[in-house]
Amino acid sequence: MKPAPFKYARPGSVDEALALLQAGGDEAKVLAGGQSFVPLLNLRMASVESIVDLNRLDDLAYIRRDNDTLCIGAMTRHRQIEVSDEVQAAQPLLCRAAAEVGHLAIRNRGTIGGSLVHADPAAEWPLVAAALDAQLVLRSQDNSRTVAAREFFLAPLMTAIEPAEILCEVRFPVAPAGAVWGFQELCRRPGDFAIVAIACQLTLDDSGTCSTASLAVGGAHSTPLHVADVEPIVVGSQGDAAVLTAAAEKAAAAVDPSGDVHGSADYRRRMVKVLAQRALKEAWSA
Amino acid sequence: MAATQFTEYQTIRVRVNGHEYEREVPVRRLLADFIRHDLGLTATHLGCEHGVCGACTIIMDDESVRSCLLFAVQADGAELQTLEGLADGDKMHPLQQSFWDNHALQCGFCTSGFLMSAVDLLNKNPRPSEEEIRHGLSGNLCRCTGYANIVKAVQAVAEQSQS
Repeated sequence: MKPAPFKYARPGSVDEALALLQAGGDEAKVLAGGQSFVPLLNLRMASVESIVDLNRLDDLAYIRRDNDTLCIGAMTRHRQIEVSDEVQAAQPLLCRAAAEVGHLAIRNRGTIGGSLVHADPAAEWPLVAAALDAQLVLRSQDNSRTVAAREFFLAPLMTAIEPAEILCEVRFPVAPAGAVWGFQELCRRPGDFAIVAIACQLTLDDSGTCSTASLAVGGAHSTPLHVADVEPIVVGSQGDAAVLTAAAEKAAAAVDPSGDVHGSADYRRRMVKVLAQRALKEAWSA
Repeated sequence: MAATQFTEYQTIRVRVNGHEYEREVPVRRLLADFIRHDLGLTATHLGCEHGVCGACTIIMDDESVRSCLLFAVQADGAELQTLEGLADGDKMHPLQQSFWDNHALQCGFCTSGFLMSAVDLLNKNPRPSEEEIRHGLSGNLCRCTGYANIVKAVQAVAEQSQS
């Protein structure tokens, strides 16, 4: 189908975009890469009065390292992150996750900011943002604030962003010395949304003993879910099987999945356990 | 190129397969419809119109994109390549020839999308493994071939370019 009529503006700067968004009120929406939003418009599951297109805002498309923080502009395309040497050096989990987003043509166009604000609980960016405790920089015409990814996602496709705000930057902590990670995604075909996905990052000392751990679950909860209970179980351990099982059981107990055609709630919960074990094992064997 | 007022129509300029076009379009017109209806270039096919089937894949500024997930106004100033721009006169592009040689199509509806995706895939990775070809083409659906011959066709071109 075709989208219902709307009005369109293509600002040349973030300030212009914020002014347009403010002027458009509640009926104005931001268009980033359009790989989720345009299908909704085409299917007429969504309709809007006006669209503010961010695609010419080159000042929102960047990857920049600032000491221990990796700053990624919201309009950076998935593909740019996937193949970025700077990201690979600073936080390789992001390259791994980017490669799993959709298909090549989708990664060429879709953006990290668009994916985060779309907030599909099975998408890769919300998952790794929750796992790595990313900070999201939101701007409106008269305010700028930073929201933790772990507090940003409220429900499927619902976030803490206000109608007049634009997500401008995503800040990931650079992987510390000794950091290892695991990323496991279950889907029927490459490029599909995850049925269940797990991202984790651990820091290990020379003997393989864990000092910090962070694990998040995608696809099995109304939001990407950081499971804080995993950390006390794995910290101090060397990743033996009993510890991984106990940690994975914590993750499975924390989620409240819903069922659909791709898998029942019970199946998803079981898969959380399986994939959490694998992700932790992957991290330890890196 | 900025358009800082909300409008319902815009005049856009695009370069498609080396030809300049200037047209006024309603802002809601999908790029795929613009290419087919406004420009009459009907090799780009529309299957699902929501980004799942890949039939409408074209090259925009050297990257494959789904033309059903872009509005024509977004292509203002862009350089586009559609299937019509692939052959060199009467001489088919190596990928087209290889699809022919390997019987990589039956009904042909998906073929233009596959070819444009394969162009981008080989641009980014001139020597892909079979696995990489399958991943690279995973965003395109074919209901006839079972994909085996499509993969074979792309593989054959990759091997030719190595020798």
